Amino acid sequence: MHELSITQNILEIATKQAELAGATKVTKVYLVIGKLSSIIDDSVQFYWDIISKGSVAENATLQFHRIEAELECLKCHHHYILENELIPCPKCGSIQIVFLTGEEFFMESIEIVN
Amino acid sequence: MTQTIQIVQKIMNANDTIAENNNQKLEQNKIFSINLMASPGAGKTSFIIKTIKLLPNYVRVGVIEGDTAPVTIDSDKVSEQGVPVIQVNTGGECHLDAPMIENALNHLPLDDLDLIIVENVGNLICPAAFKLGTHANVLIASIPEGDDKPYKYPNIYRGLDVLIINKIDLLPYLDFHMDYFKAGVEMLNPGLEIFELSSKTGHGFDVWLKWLVQNISRPR
Repeated sequence: MHELSITQNILEIATKQAELAGATKVTKVYLVIGKLSSIIDDSVQFYWDIISKGSVAENATLQFHRIEAELECLKCHHHYILENELIPCPKCGSIQIVFLTGEEFFMESIEIVN
Repeated sequence: MTQTIQIVQKIMNANDTIAENNNQKLEQNKIFSINLMASPGAGKTSFIIKTIKLLPNYVRVGVIEGDTAPVTIDSDKVSEQGVPVIQVNTGGECHLDAPMIENALNHLPLDDLDLIIVENVGNLICPAAFKLGTHANVLIASIPEGDDKPYKYPNIYRGLDVLIINKIDLLPYLDFHMDYFKAGVEMLNPGLEIFELSSKTGHGFDVWLKWLVQNISRPR
């Protein structure tokens, strides 16, 4: 729901890094987004196409690397992936669990033309 | 020539930096602050009013009211308690962010405050992503919302310091299974501080206020 402000941040980081590298054009932006972030790719791309116009990153493609939310049961050490609703350990039923992944939200790299 | 540049920068970096500045400003002014989040209708405003009414008189409170539109119903109600209120109109945005708080802090009499309560926009998704620089993230869950919310909105529960379960007086009338609800919370945020209370009857406020006063009095 807050994809516009997120997309503005992405554009800001990408253009700043492109400038530092003396790029004439940004062609790709690689994003790493965990499942728990509730960000919708299509929506980010939609805003991106609008707000990147006229910038060094115009027409750049956004590449979304989605990371699943992986949980570990602290009792039986079973690992499982959060599918839809949160569930206790499917093996032993324990609610003592930790999140190993799924909260990532960063820009990994950009592809530029010098 | 095409080349790839490694960056690895958090997308929320710009917001988080301003949040850190906000936190320093609050610390310098010896103010404790909470970011109050909830879905619409969970009772944020009445909870704030009850808290202000029941806090000891020596605690000086300021409130930042986040609203998506220039509707002053909430800020008017809080103003009636005789405390300074700044309304932040997010212009349709679904959350408050750190720059909005930075601006609001410039309009509050920081020298004369011990506690700032930020009422975030009613929403269980977006506010979780934006740090404000406040000391504690507090979520109000309410009995009529149902007991499945931690299972459906895990992200907001992950970042909490305190959970308020409001409208506890309605428990006898609704199918809210407290054990199921709390099991979900425990999975997401083990050992989370939980206060069960009713803003209508005042039941349970003594324990919440004790926690709040302790944190306000903590030397900083």
